[in-house]
Amino acid sequence: MSSATPSAPEASAGLLSRVKTIPSVGPVLVLLAFCLVFAVTNPRFLAPHNLSIILQQTIVVGTLAIGQTLVILTAGIDLAVGAICVLGTIVAGKLVNLGYDPMLSMLFAVVLCTLSGLVAGTLVSRLDLPPFIVTLGTLGILTAALRLISQGGAFPVQDSFLGLTGNTFRVGSFVLTYGVLAMLLLYAAAWYLLNETRWGRHVYAIGNNPEAARLVGIPVRRHLLQVYALAGLIYGITAWLALGRIPNADPNALQTANLDSITAVVIGGTSLFGGRGGLVGTLIGALIVGVLRNGLTLAGIDPLWQDLVTGILVILAVAFDQLSRRRR
Amino acid sequence: MSVLAAPEAKAAPVRNVLEARGIVKSYGHVVALDGVDFELRAGEILAVVGDNGAGKSTLIKTLTGAVVPDSGEILLDGEPVHFKGPLDARHRGIETVYQDLAVAPALDIPSNLFLGRELLSPGLLGSLFRRLDKRRMRDEAERAMAELKFRLPSIASRVENLSGGQRQGVAVARAAVFARKLVIMDEPTAALGVRETGQVLELIRTIRDRGLPVVLISHNMPNVFDLADRIFIMRLGRRAAVVSPKSHSMADVVAIMTGAVKADGG
Repeated sequence: MSSATPSAPEASAGLLSRVKTIPSVGPVLVLLAFCLVFAVTNPRFLAPHNLSIILQQTIVVGTLAIGQTLVILTAGIDLAVGAICVLGTIVAGKLVNLGYDPMLSMLFAVVLCTLSGLVAGTLVSRLDLPPFIVTLGTLGILTAALRLISQGGAFPVQDSFLGLTGNTFRVGSFVLTYGVLAMLLLYAAAWYLLNETRWGRHVYAIGNNPEAARLVGIPVRRHLLQVYALAGLIYGITAWLALGRIPNADPNALQTANLDSITAVVIGGTSLFGGRGGLVGTLIGALIVGVLRNGLTLAGIDPLWQDLVTGILVILAVAFDQLSRRRR
Repeated sequence: MSVLAAPEAKAAPVRNVLEARGIVKSYGHVVALDGVDFELRAGEILAVVGDNGAGKSTLIKTLTGAVVPDSGEILLDGEPVHFKGPLDARHRGIETVYQDLAVAPALDIPSNLFLGRELLSPGLLGSLFRRLDKRRMRDEAERAMAELKFRLPSIASRVENLSGGQRQGVAVARAAVFARKLVIMDEPTAALGVRETGQVLELIRTIRDRGLPVVLISHNMPNVFDLADRIFIMRLGRRAAVVSPKSHSMADVVAIMTGAVKADGG
């Protein structure tokens, strides 16, 4: 084209460097790349019906990943995400099946999940135990306890309130559930908390430099406790969304929730070393995990391969984080 | 809040902003402070020097509230104070800068400047929704840095993209912005190179010239002589002397510090 000016490369370099400073560009490109591959290999992938399913399949991991993001931002890690969520589904399901009021049962389950987070947070913040060990222990304890309570087996939960978030509505040719809406609302609320309030700013500060945070008078221990409790609350709410997805309480469910939620957070650009990243990236990361699992299922690939690919993905994302950290 | 705390009036030349009398602190039977008198005058930079174990850091900790003395009294603007913790001292207008860079590297300059004291939006947005007033924090950070004549790249830079001197400059500016009475600097340049140290020393001088008195703890004699109006020398948990850099040489100060020369109390 004759209208090309000498300033064109300069302008594009400026644009490129500006684009690079937007933290979620990398994850978006990864998401688009996966979509492209799956769309080319299977025309059904891009059908509104399938895209709606991907969104619905993302609800549980996507919502759990909000709590996981909060914890990882403080330079912690939560290996009990799935277990606490399953605690919520089993307790709520059990109580409703025993004839208790569904709303109160769900509320009680959510409170219990919050308390689990609070206990983990207490151990991390007061006794300075490594989050990795505390939440790994919580995972073991809860998994065993829930299998004991439910005598090892899954049981159906048929209740209109507990299944409420599974109700659908149409947007054009897309079929969405209230669970999808709830997930997006939780993302919006948590984003506001993290980016626009003092509380969120202090989460970043603690993950960045806990000593500096303490010196400027931020109550670091209390803040950590609140982060773990809030994460527990989010896992409890996720239990309700999970019952809307599948009306079944299963002590053996969500076994890949740790892998998936951590992958979503890390591939979304949040650093495992704390203090960097955010929820926009996590949402995209959760969609990447959802797209990957859906695309591989559509291609007729054994679910075990999905775990394998997700495992590779999380290691790649962490390696990338580590390399960019070394450059800093 | 004004951007920088209002400088104290320079009316009385020997007004003591901070005063300590007969401070004693012992750990078991180790006496760290053995009846120390201390005074910081309005508008001065007072350097505190002493060999390792002379009691410098214990003295500073009693002044910042990190350590409660066994006996003795502390007066702030002539008024007795009893600090129960560092936050107490901060609430009374005493800010401290530490040797290690007390900043959050991934946050930008305004976030670091206002860390722990973030400004909230006016009205319901602030009171109910707890919304940060990022714009006002940025404007005030920019103004504070301009007033302190401290040159930085864009105010929106993340602190990790700054040089070590600029980072410490942010920590020093934070103390200067919020200190109403005085700033205590504990080896503020120990982690910095020569050129970067120069930037921070210049900043400390600007703070003093704006009327905020500074207590400077340093091992670096050239820096002390470059900056200080008076030098407070400690030895074996006591005040060995307070001298002027104009009347005494570095050799004199080192001699008093090490006990080679007895000075008369100062």
